[in-house]
Amino acid sequence: MSTATITPKRPSTLRGARLPKWAPWAIAAGSVAAGLGISAAAGLHSDIQWALIAAVLHILGTYVIAAKVENRRQAKDRVVTSLVWVAFLLAVVPLASLVWSTVQRGTKVLDVYFLTHSMGVVADSEAGGGIYHAILGTLQQVGLATLIAAPVGVLTAIYLVEYGRGNLARAVTFFVDVMTGIPSIVAGLFILSLMLMFDMQPFGFAGSLALAILMMPVVVRSTEEMLKLVPNELREASLALGVPKWRTILKVVLPTSIGGITTGIMLAVARIAGETAPVLLLVFGSKFINANPFEGAQASLPLYIYQQYGSGEATAYDRAWAASLTLIAFVMILNLVARGIARWKAPSTGR
Amino acid sequence: MAKRIDVSGLTAYYGSHKAIEDISMTVEPRSVTAFIGPSGCGKSTFLRTLNRMHEVTAGGRVEGKVLLDDEDLYGTGIDPVSVRREVGMVFQRPNPFPTMSIFDNVAAGLRLNGNYKKSELADIVERSLKGANLWNEVKDRLNKPGSGLSGGQQQRLCIARAIAVEPNVLLMDEPCSALDPISTLAIEDLIGELKERFTIVIVTHNMQQAARVSDRTAFFNLAAVGQPGKLIEIDDTERIFSNPSVQATEDYISGRFG
Amino acid sequence: MDTTQIADAPPPAPAPTPEQKRAARGATRPGDRIFLGLSRGSGILLLVIMAAIAGFLTYRAVLAISKDEGNFLTTFEWNTGVNPPVFGIAVLAYGTIISSIIAMVIAVPIAVAIALFLTHYAPRRLSGPIAYVIDLLAAVPSIVYGLWGALVLVPYMNGLFGWLNDYLGWTGIFSWQNGAPRSMLTVGILLAIMILPIITNVSREVFRQVPQMHEEAALALGATRWEVIRMSVLPFGRSGVISASMLGLGRALGETMAVATVLSPDFLIHTSLLDPGGGTFAQNIASKFSEATEFGRDALIASGLVLFVITLLVNGAARAIIARRKEYSGANA
Repeated sequence: MSTATITPKRPSTLRGARLPKWAPWAIAAGSVAAGLGISAAAGLHSDIQWALIAAVLHILGTYVIAAKVENRRQAKDRVVTSLVWVAFLLAVVPLASLVWSTVQRGTKVLDVYFLTHSMGVVADSEAGGGIYHAILGTLQQVGLATLIAAPVGVLTAIYLVEYGRGNLARAVTFFVDVMTGIPSIVAGLFILSLMLMFDMQPFGFAGSLALAILMMPVVVRSTEEMLKLVPNELREASLALGVPKWRTILKVVLPTSIGGITTGIMLAVARIAGETAPVLLLVFGSKFINANPFEGAQASLPLYIYQQYGSGEATAYDRAWAASLTLIAFVMILNLVARGIARWKAPSTGR
Repeated sequence: MAKRIDVSGLTAYYGSHKAIEDISMTVEPRSVTAFIGPSGCGKSTFLRTLNRMHEVTAGGRVEGKVLLDDEDLYGTGIDPVSVRREVGMVFQRPNPFPTMSIFDNVAAGLRLNGNYKKSELADIVERSLKGANLWNEVKDRLNKPGSGLSGGQQQRLCIARAIAVEPNVLLMDEPCSALDPISTLAIEDLIGELKERFTIVIVTHNMQQAARVSDRTAFFNLAAVGQPGKLIEIDDTERIFSNPSVQATEDYISGRFG
Repeated sequence: MDTTQIADAPPPAPAPTPEQKRAARGATRPGDRIFLGLSRGSGILLLVIMAAIAGFLTYRAVLAISKDEGNFLTTFEWNTGVNPPVFGIAVLAYGTIISSIIAMVIAVPIAVAIALFLTHYAPRRLSGPIAYVIDLLAAVPSIVYGLWGALVLVPYMNGLFGWLNDYLGWTGIFSWQNGAPRSMLTVGILLAIMILPIITNVSREVFRQVPQMHEEAALALGATRWEVIRMSVLPFGRSGVISASMLGLGRALGETMAVATVLSPDFLIHTSLLDPGGGTFAQNIASKFSEATEFGRDALIASGLVLFVITLLVNGAARAIIARRKEYSGANA
């Protein structure tokens, strides 16, 4: 360094040999070609194999070429870049396959007839039948669960944000966290243990209770976040006008955050709508339409998928895929609408 | 090793927004140049174009030339990583790496740039900490985390980290704005010592500070909010503060706006 | 609050009367009292539910375990229909842990890499939509993953298993006797795919919160993009990634349907990850439930209690790490 300032014609320290911009793409294309070539030559059949060979070649190639042309630090940087891209592609493949196969196989038998008929007189090995009874069951069970969990969850969140001080609030916060982590099957087992006590047979509402347990902590968490976003000035302005606290909460705090709370509840509904395990234990499933959630076994969409899969018949697989597509569509629509509400409501609450 | 900076016709953008327009100036080696001006006039943006940190921000883009001893920082084949190694920077808020010890913080830049023996590394760290007037305060706790120091000490630690790699130029973006008066004084003294070895450019909101530490002062201004910032004038600090050639400079310095 | 301290304090502050306390909370009017009662009641209801879950599960579990002729922890059998009943969770514990470990080993590095991809590598126009899609994928019900796993992934595994057997079969862990690839490895891979979105999402959130100034500190020293990540992003995000992984682990441990559809279970511990067999807590409950007697159901509840405790520990650890991180970043703010 110190000699460098004396000699005026020293080599530039700012300039470094750089690979051209197209180099990473060229290396990627080269390694894919090599991967395919090696697989063909060695007679490998699995797509996974040539992809893995290509990925390894890509990473090695990047390092060697970059280390030669640039330097070791740049080479390391480029290797990490390749690794990150490879990881991304590696994850995209199965997730895309999941979406693709559900759509492709699900549309085979999905039509109006499928949505409006039950499995009443259809054997698993026969074609035909539908999911009307399962949709009905899911809507009733999830609806009842929401009727229980949403008020309890929102009120608990109000308690934590607006009133909660001291040990009780701390305990509630802690156990809401704990509850978030309960596996769905454990919630099902809990209600099952109650049913064993009272010697009850499976019915829809029992499933709702388990789903409500899974839903409550999610609602509490999201509502809490939303209530915390309401600026304190709003509360104080209302209290200063002599409005009692409970009316302040009802008339000022809740309306301000209602969009976010709705979003949270809808996301929670979307989550429990796909739960299978507690429904399996408590609602049991049925081939027939049972519109009474308080008596007798009921069907449900996720459970229907499981049972159709379990029968092992090709026609039943088709129905399972179609039901999966319906379930995903239901969950995705809930998600999209919920996010839409969040986006649409968000700016208006700020003003 | 201090180098001269020659800027000509420099314009910088954030996306489609033009932040500074057509700036030309020369920064002399082994001197302190201060940038002053009202908020939003683009002095920090301009500072960040001098070590290609501007383009790190989303949509950051630069036109024009910045010559570092006759070599254009924005020329083809220039590696921005090497540029930042040669043009060091100290930020507004002290930002030592929170998980690293004091020693590791100072050695961080060195470890990136080459293989040093343990004893060499220890020598350079000691020299840099002494250079930043911090050695006596931390020599007994080099292995403690840097985040445990006071704000002023953290800022001097960041200066030690910047000078450890022996850059040609040291850029300082309001280095004292988050510090108390005593720490500020310590940093100002330090700047006076460092200019013997480095070319120093400092952005400051504090006009007394500019008057105290700098040899030359550049005044930036913008016509209106949303308009690009421009260089109004650059001159010896004494002249800027006693007899500036532009009326706006005098108005700003005498506190009539900004 | 402490009376002895009040005695020492020079101006003795009068202890607030119950009325004043209530007024401070704004709960003097009937409307306020009802509202407070309702909301506090909801909070208490949550606590009661948690206590009831622990209580009832333990009660039913004790009923079952007290009649167990085998050792509940070490028996390799699940015979609850015979008299005397013999059952134990050894195989289930092994299967649950091994499948979750496989899932974590695969999912965590890939999830971290994708999170880095989204925050630091992907073109900005791409990263927004991708993050949104990953968010949606986290909402896909597990039964759909299970169906896909059983009907699409399982047949696909034949090629990979053959390959692993050819080259790594000598290790014993990757040997394969050409059974259907409904084994722990397939389950682990499926679980990895399932927990990938959630770990990615949380990690991405953590990486996005790395203060700009830490990254700029590294950049200004002349660090490459990877060096910036190594020096400032990863150290800052480490605890966040750990807790994200723990959340994923909690899901993998308790996952029922995806395992029940893919695994072909038995009550043995297999050294090879490629041979079908084994079982997990949740899968065993779902598969054995329909033909279980009342006593059999109690036994399943006992195994569920063990799963409950394990997930509580894992989630507790995750929360503790998050809490520590809050303190840590607060000290630096």
